[in-house]
Amino acid sequence: MYLYSITFYIFSLVAVLSALMVISARNPVHSVLFLILSFVNASGLFVLLGAEFLAMILVVVYVGAVAVLFLFVVMMLDINFVKLREGFLQYLPFGALLGIVLIIELGILFLSKSFSENTLSKFVQSPQINKVENTKLIGQVLYTDYFYLFQISGLILLVAMVGSITLTLRDRGNVKRQNISSQNYIDANKAIEKKKVKLGEGI
Amino acid sequence: MIYLEHYLFLAAIIFTIGVLGIFLNKKNVIIILMSIELILLSVNINLISFSVFLNDISGQIFAMLTLTVAAAEAAIGLAILVVFYRNLGSIEVNKINKLKG
Repeated sequence: MYLYSITFYIFSLVAVLSALMVISARNPVHSVLFLILSFVNASGLFVLLGAEFLAMILVVVYVGAVAVLFLFVVMMLDINFVKLREGFLQYLPFGALLGIVLIIELGILFLSKSFSENTLSKFVQSPQINKVENTKLIGQVLYTDYFYLFQISGLILLVAMVGSITLTLRDRGNVKRQNISSQNYIDANKAIEKKKVKLGEGI
Repeated sequence: MIYLEHYLFLAAIIFTIGVLGIFLNKKNVIIILMSIELILLSVNINLISFSVFLNDISGQIFAMLTLTVAAAEAAIGLAILVVFYRNLGSIEVNKINKLKG
């Protein structure tokens, strides 16, 4: 149990510190890398909780797709990031006040008795989660009870894909592209014009 | 011993950091998008810890839905960002006033 606690505190400490670095790093590339660190630590916490499937999905989806997408965009755009940080210190006192108030309120809410083990035990309905392994359990309910939710998340991804492609697709006017049908239907008699050129004169 | 409260408080801390990130980096859209990802991560921690401590798998299913929505949101947000940079040559949020809203 000590090992569990120590692991929890290490993972959560690194997650929180790297989350702080995400919002305060000067270089956005460093921000993205700290975001990756934060996600990896969160997935470690999920493993600790016993949700292995979601931990692996978190690494695959966030670190493999979303964070790499962020890295692409940050490196692709040529932006003066120093100029973008101008208002940071100006809003810091008020922001710190707001953050402290928020964290105290959430702490009062979450550390109260209503979320303790004894209070929650009466809501426990189906103690099946520890019997079957996590991935199998998710597979059992995802394609049966939550089938519509599964379909809707596929639809969300489709809409996002179509949306981002239509947003970024553009026609550049001065680019010469290959037009295959006009190449196929070209007429050799019209393509070449023969002219008699007299000696010593131009056309 | 680690109970549910510890996980909830961790999620609260990460949520607060995300909100602060939106608040402090008012100009940089990329950091704002990353802060939204942090907020969604904290929501995921909440959902999964409730799911585990209540012995009910549906929380993890909803966490998967949150993950999907987060990925879609990041893709759309970055596409809008790229289009905006192409049109204006900058990504400052306070310059986005074309709609006069």
